[in-house]
Amino acid sequence: MADPKAAGMTRRERYEADQRRRSLTVAATSTVLVIAAIVILVPLAPGWEKVQRSFFNGAVLADTFPKLLDAFLINVMIFAWCAPAIAVLGLLIALARDAKSPALFPLRIFGAAFTDIFRGVPVILTVYLIGFGIPGLGLPRPWNSPYIWGSLALILTYAAYVAEIFRSGIDSVHHSQRSAALSLGLSERQMMRDVVLPQAVRNVVPSQMNMLIALQKDVSLLSFIGPVEIFRQAGVFKSLLANFTPYVGAAIIFLIVTIPATRYADYLMARQMRERR
Amino acid sequence: MAKTISLAALAVALTTTTAMAAGHCAAGKTLEDGKFTIATGNPAYYPWVLDDAPESGQGFEAAVAYAVAAEMGFAEEDVVWVRSSFDEAIQPGAKNFDVNMQQYSITPERDQVVDFSAPYYTAPMAVLVGPGATETEPTMAALKSLKWGAVGTTTAVPKLTETIQPDSDPLLYGDNADVNAALGANQIDAALFDLPTALFLSAVMIEGSKVIGQFPPDENDNPDHFGMLMEDGNPLKECVDDALAALTESGKLAEIEAQWLQDTTGVPLIK
Repeated sequence: MADPKAAGMTRRERYEADQRRRSLTVAATSTVLVIAAIVILVPLAPGWEKVQRSFFNGAVLADTFPKLLDAFLINVMIFAWCAPAIAVLGLLIALARDAKSPALFPLRIFGAAFTDIFRGVPVILTVYLIGFGIPGLGLPRPWNSPYIWGSLALILTYAAYVAEIFRSGIDSVHHSQRSAALSLGLSERQMMRDVVLPQAVRNVVPSQMNMLIALQKDVSLLSFIGPVEIFRQAGVFKSLLANFTPYVGAAIIFLIVTIPATRYADYLMARQMRERR
Repeated sequence: MAKTISLAALAVALTTTTAMAAGHCAAGKTLEDGKFTIATGNPAYYPWVLDDAPESGQGFEAAVAYAVAAEMGFAEEDVVWVRSSFDEAIQPGAKNFDVNMQQYSITPERDQVVDFSAPYYTAPMAVLVGPGATETEPTMAALKSLKWGAVGTTTAVPKLTETIQPDSDPLLYGDNADVNAALGANQIDAALFDLPTALFLSAVMIEGSKVIGQFPPDENDNPDHFGMLMEDGNPLKECVDDALAALTESGKLAEIEAQWLQDTTGVPLIK
């Protein structure tokens, strides 16, 4: 839209530039209006001062934030060992459900039952049942640690979801690919490993990114069986200070991690769409 | 003073048709006129409330609630029970209760956000150990080496981290039942509760567990005074405090305590 070129613009180009300018102005004005409405109107609500004191208390936030960050390291730790285990178990379950040989039928039943059960039961119930139930059988320390069994509960639940995503990825590889591979003399195993899986896994990477983000948040459910991760630490501060600001602090820490991860997943998804076109 | 109160009460009695006894300071200050709405936990635990049924007046807090209500001029049938969580009690905005009784410890931080009545009970903290650790000596040195648990929303947490300072990080739970499960599963050796709760859990809930000691009620150490929680600036506070003061003076409060909370002097002090 530099001046020297303006003369050379066609009528259509001029019209389009005009349209662009207009929609930009409208978008900017409406955004400013909405933000102004929120900033001006919300504090006018009669309860705003109280809400601000209990949810957005600067002093409380400054006081508790460093300890919340410390507690978040426990989330990161649990996440770090759960994620690879989930990927492996999920893939194994997906392969079990894809087993074609009649002799392996029990494996298919097992895979189906596994996904049905662990996808159907709320995560927190699984965490409770496995986290308290199995150690209750009388395991010696440290084998009864809530970290071990709580993580197992997360791994089982998330593996069920991840397995279904892998399975959809495997199904998305056209059947002709399998036929072609077999006709080239590859074994069933080679066909799966070298032809189907590489395409299948690539197809589902964006969806799996979403599972990672969900897992990152659900790690907090382990707080119910003892580990003092960020959610429990925030709860302790909340009770002691009778103030909800520590929860807001925890939310901020989660967002710092999840927003970039979500954007990255979006980017992967968009790239995949472009490649498919 | 008595004259002004009765005059005010007369005015109230003339202008409203409440079922409340005349001469009463709570008039017009409760959520619903003529009713006294009390919140308790969900579930409410023994020995504070028996069988999770506060309406029966059985259990220490239930009995205190009815005694306070009677002192304030409410008939038994005018007491309404609701349930609330800790979070509901401290959230900003209107409350669905006049007072909330569930062993709330009075702390200066909490007092900034809500109001507390005068304390109706002072609870020492006590150490409950699981079956595997019943031989632990009630000394600080021995306690440090235990694996600890506590309910994360209670004042047991600062007591644990500041006074006991255990060698390994404590595990924290959402409520008593979860701490029981962890003790039962041997994931923790010991848990910190107020003494009446600890005695109840060891006697009834967790087989083989034992209360090995209580912390001496040291004022500098901020012992747990239980107060009724009210919305910040609730005009009812004065009224409730007066009722509690009257009950303390008449010995009624001590009587209720003797009836519902067992003698706690048999538990050794922690050195």
